[in-house]
Amino acid sequence: MAVSSTSAASTLMNNVEAVRATLYEAMKNDDRTVILGEDVGARGNVFLITKDFIGEFGERRVIDTPIAEASIVGIAVGMAMEGLRPIAEIQFADFIYPAFNQIVGEAAKIRYRSNGEYTCPLVIRTPYGGGVRGALSHSVCVEALFYHVPGLKIVAPSFPADVKGLLNAAIDDPDPVLFLEHKKTYRLIKGEVPDGHYTIPLGKANVLKQGTQLSVVSYGLYVHWALEAAQNLEAEGLSVEVIDLRSIRPMDKSAILQSVEKTRKLLIVHEDNKFGGIGAEISAMVAEEALFHLDAPIRRLCAPDVPAMGYALPLEEEYMSSPAEMAQAMRDMVRF
Amino acid sequence: MAKTDTKTASLDRHGLSDDQLREILRNMLLQRQLDNRGFQLNRQGKVPFALGSEGHEALQAGAAMAFHRGRDVLAPYYRDLGLAVGIGLSPYEIMLSIFARAEDHNGGRQFPNHYSSKRAGLMSFSSILAAHIPHAVGAAYALKYRGESDRAVLCTCGDGTTSEGEWHESMNFAAIHKLPFVMLVENNQWAISTPLSKQMAQPEIWKRAAGYGMPGRRFNGFDPLETYDAVNEAMDRARSGGGPSLIEGTCYRYLAHSTDDNDMTYRTREEVREERKNDPVPRFEAILIEHGVMSAQDVEAMRKDVLRETNEATDAAEAMPYPQAADLYTHVYEGAWQPWQ
Amino acid sequence: MATQSKTPLKKDEPSFERHGLTDERLVAMWRIMVTHRTLESRGFALNRQGKIPFASAGEGHEAVQAGAAMAFERGKDVLVPYYRDVGLALGAGLTPYEVLLSLFGRAEDHSGGRQFPHHYASRRLGIQTISSVIAAQLPHAVGTAYAMRYRGERERAVLTTFGDGCTSEGEWHESLNFAAVHRLPVVFLCENNEWAISTPLTRQMAQPDVYIRAAGYGIDGAAVDGMDPIACYAAVKRGLERARSGEGPALVEAKCYRFLSHTTDDDDRTYRSREEVEARRKDDPVPGFERTLIANGVISAEAAEALKRSVLEEINAATDRAESMPYPLPQDLFDRVYADGWQPWRS
Repeated sequence: MAVSSTSAASTLMNNVEAVRATLYEAMKNDDRTVILGEDVGARGNVFLITKDFIGEFGERRVIDTPIAEASIVGIAVGMAMEGLRPIAEIQFADFIYPAFNQIVGEAAKIRYRSNGEYTCPLVIRTPYGGGVRGALSHSVCVEALFYHVPGLKIVAPSFPADVKGLLNAAIDDPDPVLFLEHKKTYRLIKGEVPDGHYTIPLGKANVLKQGTQLSVVSYGLYVHWALEAAQNLEAEGLSVEVIDLRSIRPMDKSAILQSVEKTRKLLIVHEDNKFGGIGAEISAMVAEEALFHLDAPIRRLCAPDVPAMGYALPLEEEYMSSPAEMAQAMRDMVRF
Repeated sequence: MAKTDTKTASLDRHGLSDDQLREILRNMLLQRQLDNRGFQLNRQGKVPFALGSEGHEALQAGAAMAFHRGRDVLAPYYRDLGLAVGIGLSPYEIMLSIFARAEDHNGGRQFPNHYSSKRAGLMSFSSILAAHIPHAVGAAYALKYRGESDRAVLCTCGDGTTSEGEWHESMNFAAIHKLPFVMLVENNQWAISTPLSKQMAQPEIWKRAAGYGMPGRRFNGFDPLETYDAVNEAMDRARSGGGPSLIEGTCYRYLAHSTDDNDMTYRTREEVREERKNDPVPRFEAILIEHGVMSAQDVEAMRKDVLRETNEATDAAEAMPYPQAADLYTHVYEGAWQPWQ
Repeated sequence: MATQSKTPLKKDEPSFERHGLTDERLVAMWRIMVTHRTLESRGFALNRQGKIPFASAGEGHEAVQAGAAMAFERGKDVLVPYYRDVGLALGAGLTPYEVLLSLFGRAEDHSGGRQFPHHYASRRLGIQTISSVIAAQLPHAVGTAYAMRYRGERERAVLTTFGDGCTSEGEWHESLNFAAVHRLPVVFLCENNEWAISTPLTRQMAQPDVYIRAAGYGIDGAAVDGMDPIACYAAVKRGLERARSGEGPALVEAKCYRFLSHTTDDDDRTYRSREEVEARRKDDPVPGFERTLIANGVISAEAAEALKRSVLEEINAATDRAESMPYPLPQDLFDRVYADGWQPWRS
């Protein structure tokens, strides 16, 4: 895998390369690791994440499954219960719904219902999110459907270094982890990734930019746009703090509270629909625990509550939030 | 007299010894006794719920005899009390589950009959029909993956479950990968109130095997020895790398689905009475007596012993404490994180 | 230059089985195939030119789709297709212009530019709305057939289509089973092109004949040469007629081949050999049927060329017209969420 390197201790790569490199090391280092999903073998995954894996690791470990999402996850659950460490792929998050029961009703509850006798160390990876002209079935965000469920863990990194660290942690985790990869960031976002094996603990957010007048919490693709907007606002004399959640469940409550206690204003920016989205839980939590630290109502900048972003560009653009819209929301809040 | 000899010679015991035949009968009697005990306890107001498996005794005892303890894996469903006992769970463990005591394998969390036992090789399952079948296929994949020859997964389900999408997806995957997996369908003609004729247009489930590209067989689920032969053949095939099979045992569900069901609302007493003529328990008792494997007194003694064992297990389990409120909070995740904090 | 005799075979000679199709209908069927092929190529070309983000590829499916379309009764039957069914949609009455509107994502498109290309819906033509999610359309087809039967609509049936990969989905199984139990008027047509993106048939199922699963469900099953449009017509017609007259559902498996990649976002060189694809090209149904029609005197070589030119002109005009149409407006995102006008984003 050719990637350029700018220092001995790290390598420059994009998000898709980070997923690929991490999966590769996991397959090399642990014989119990198998990858299963549609088109992951001969095709090497539709984004080429597992390209040539089947040649190196064999079709026993890199399984091209039939088109059958419920059983992709269900079979992975069974493998996990019987001692393998499967990494199941759902080709696009939009296809995850038939597997909903296996994720929420089975994987999340195996340990609990068997009083710890059976466990489910499973990673489910899936590309999510829009901005790629994906229309109704290649653009959705699904985290809000799953983060509600005790027994599951959910991770959504935005930078290559976080992708590697969190994916390693997910693979090591003895419980089921839904690993969400924003497909628009696959090739768009590049960064230095430390060489060698490392993990980033789940449940730890990352403060990307310090600020004093407003806390902006985000995850996924929007982290990058929010950061860009906040950096540009420095020129207008505005000091905005940007937090990358990285981990949706467990969520870094203390990082959010600490930031809000400092800036006294909170803006949550996410791509998913507003009602019942991740922002709803954060808002409730902050209102419960930091009400008297707030100088303004909490605000959420999210997708409108329509069923989907459309295929035609104006529809996609209307659904999504741009850096300019984020900047305006930040200005409004600082000036509140 | 030569007469007894000819009769013994005419019983096809499929290689099973007298001891094994008696073990099968005991399993059948124990299943019925434990099963009935659940219903009795419910009527007495001592437990909120019980499931009925009357009619399945031959099928489950015969299948259990073909299961290799310590090696094979069982992925059952919630009507498999007899199979669970047959592969090594004790009546005490069965009663702990019915009483939902803390000592139960699942800490009283699961519905009765939703066993799990790593020791016995019984995979944890839920009440969701067919959800356990991909798990069984995944486990079979793991066995093959590790090159563990001479091990197979025995997975069971009812006729209704074969309509589920996950049943189909699992069969297909098992066939493609020639997994050590046996799908044993316990066709008791009813899925709660849905008769077979509303469940499928063609009533012989085993015939679907050809569509998946695997062998299929149908057998009389009221005959424990024919059952043993069918399950043994399929499991042997699976263990020796011959791939998966679909086998279907026909029987009948004599009771309602559970203590919360009233089967008189959807079928007639006449039908049930008619099917009782095939009741596998008295039928097998008669066969063993007829062929000199047991005397009538032996059978009576066995029944009494089974009752004694059931009574002891009931008393012992009933005396055990419930889980405590604090027990709600364990085994959510491994490690210290407590999401409710 | 054709090497056939200049005198065409007489029509009443049993040279090929036309299953009652007149010359006119045979030519119409071939026209659908040519239009299908040309439109798909146009989609690819527009994508390569950077004018549209995406197009899907149905090359190899022209015969099965044109044949099935001929058996479909417009104004009566309902079509529940999948995303590779350009030809079927054309055969059911959709125009090249409407196909191009969907490729360009224009406001005038049936879905208002909301859906991916090739996700048509037209109540007027009886083409149901679908998603990209494989097999999700099958329970819908079954429910539609149930409604027809429920209302006693004896002259109507549902034709639903899918690929080989779809047959692995749980919903495929559940749909066939229900249709069988209730003897519903639905024909399940499998366009088995041997590839599900990169997954070959051997990885999709352990035995390669989808149609033999019909017996397990207790319904009629048949395989047909998917490169022969007349045979496909006959098989689908038989299924639909039986369905309409209350004899229940059927599974028809048309064996064809996918000549191109899955879509413009796929590269089939990464998972199959050029030799395999080239070897199968000899079965290409579009030139194949042209040869059959000419050899049997249904159409002359000159008329065939003229037809192809006419199709190209039609598609050129449709392309220009569709391309010139406006995109939807941003506010169009907010229409038609609920019938009663409730706007949840305002609460």
